[in-house]
Amino acid sequence: MKPARLSFWWLGAGVAAVLAALVLGVALGPVSLPLKDVALELLGLDNNLNPREAAIVTQIRLPRVLLGLLAGSMLALAGGCFQGVFRNPLADPYLLGTAAGAGVGATTAIAMRADDSLVPIAAFAGALIAVISTYLLGATRNLILAGVAISSFLTAIQTYVLQRNVDTIREVYSWLLGRLATHGYAEVKTLLPYAAVTMIVVLALRRELDVLSVGDAEAATLGLHPQRSRLILLGAASLGTAAAVAVSGLIGFVGIIIPHLVRLVVGRSYRQILPLSLLFGGAFLALADLAARTVIAPGELPIGVVTAFFGAPFFILVMRTTKAVSL
Amino acid sequence: MLTVKGVEVSLDGAPILRGIDLTVAAGEWVTVIGPNGAGKSTLLKAIGGTLPYTGAVLINGIRSEDLPRRKRAQLVATVAQQPVVPGGMRVFDYVLLGRTPYIPLLGRESAEDAATAERVLSQLALSRFASRALETLSGGERQRVFLARALAQQAPLLLLDEPTSALDIGHQQEVLELVDELRQTHALTVLATMHDLSIAGEYANRLVLLADGATVISGKPEIVLTEELLHRHYRAHVRVIRGDFGPVIVPIRKP
Repeated sequence: MKPARLSFWWLGAGVAAVLAALVLGVALGPVSLPLKDVALELLGLDNNLNPREAAIVTQIRLPRVLLGLLAGSMLALAGGCFQGVFRNPLADPYLLGTAAGAGVGATTAIAMRADDSLVPIAAFAGALIAVISTYLLGATRNLILAGVAISSFLTAIQTYVLQRNVDTIREVYSWLLGRLATHGYAEVKTLLPYAAVTMIVVLALRRELDVLSVGDAEAATLGLHPQRSRLILLGAASLGTAAAVAVSGLIGFVGIIIPHLVRLVVGRSYRQILPLSLLFGGAFLALADLAARTVIAPGELPIGVVTAFFGAPFFILVMRTTKAVSL
Repeated sequence: MLTVKGVEVSLDGAPILRGIDLTVAAGEWVTVIGPNGAGKSTLLKAIGGTLPYTGAVLINGIRSEDLPRRKRAQLVATVAQQPVVPGGMRVFDYVLLGRTPYIPLLGRESAEDAATAERVLSQLALSRFASRALETLSGGERQRVFLARALAQQAPLLLLDEPTSALDIGHQQEVLELVDELRQTHALTVLATMHDLSIAGEYANRLVLLADGATVISGKPEIVLTEELLHRHYRAHVRVIRGDFGPVIVPIRKP
């Protein structure tokens, strides 16, 4: 018999989803381009695109799609990771105050008109402060309730900062609803190193998350240091969340829906959930962004509105049609 | 195999164990008995390393806290009183968790680990459940799976906290016979806690009676299971009858 593992076919499906989202995201928009030529252009091969179209592909659309892939993969991976760490299938970056903390950090940075490159750092600082506060408050009692309290508190601070800086309120507001605006590859380059660290750490510890599913005491008798593993995973997932929030604003539902779907369709092992959340989360957000910028073209919807519009009903459907996921 | 010296545990300032001394020789089966709240489970948790304590727990002569976690998990396997049942996990994958101490940090299960899990499953007549979700099994089947995970750890010392409390009388006997058989074939050392005194006495080489966090008496079942001791520490009215495999305890209504 084989241990529960990520099957080759599901991995292939995930990669295919990412590639499909990539090509579709780049090809479709106010100016639609032929899929085949777009694919060839992305591969650096000869194609029939004129220089202006080629520039749209490489300078405008590709960075934005890449940002969507990265941000989506981070949110879904962090969601899956939080669900494992807290043994709660409905845990996500929002539950623990991580996203709210990142929001306060980023809002403050934007309101103070700090340099763009400082936004993710401020967001990470906020996310870490939030997660550490949640942890200190709730470690021996109820972590989730502590997270809710911390979230409310941080949201209050954020509103205060916002009201004190009315001149930047528009910018912060558009960011709050989630946006994947890019200026060339700057945002992608900002997010990439954080994403890489998060990905490596979380994926390296994916088997430990399976062991942690028997609880701390039993995991300790199996040779783990549960508290240590938990803290490392929390730190990594917070970093990924903060980086995604800093460049793309508050985008909800990705962190719950994607891991939940993988759990229902593929399997309950974190060795399946985490890598597939990474892939499908990225593809989902890139496609959501495609919808955000095409549905009311030439206008643009905030991407957080799109994920909520599709995510919330879907989420309710999943909750109603499946029995509660017990952990 | 196991030496416990002056182990004390306090929870929220209240002393739970007040200086326990205990030795378990290799291959021996020792069962800790005692009334509710005597500290039986606490003692097992301290020995298993999941509760802070003062005093010393020596495993093969080495202080337990000096052993790296993984090394300790290769020596001591624990079946908790109410193990967590992870939702949706297959029996086979659950038993494979027992191989964790042998899997390097970034590694995965080897073919040998999978073979060990399969072998344990077949020994415990669980092969046909291997791909079922653990939570769909009955109480008796689950208890065997919990045991299977501990056996997959291939640790010489097995700690069993009330291994039969969830089982009917037939399944109790089945599980304990199995443990005893495995103890003999695998040269295991067993330290258990148990509520049912007759059954405790039938399977253990030695009983330790714990009351109010201290050892009252330790020795062969015939010495420990006496009407007088059980009355004093359990406040129970019982008759002790000599049975084929040890004393049989029959509760008697108060005269």
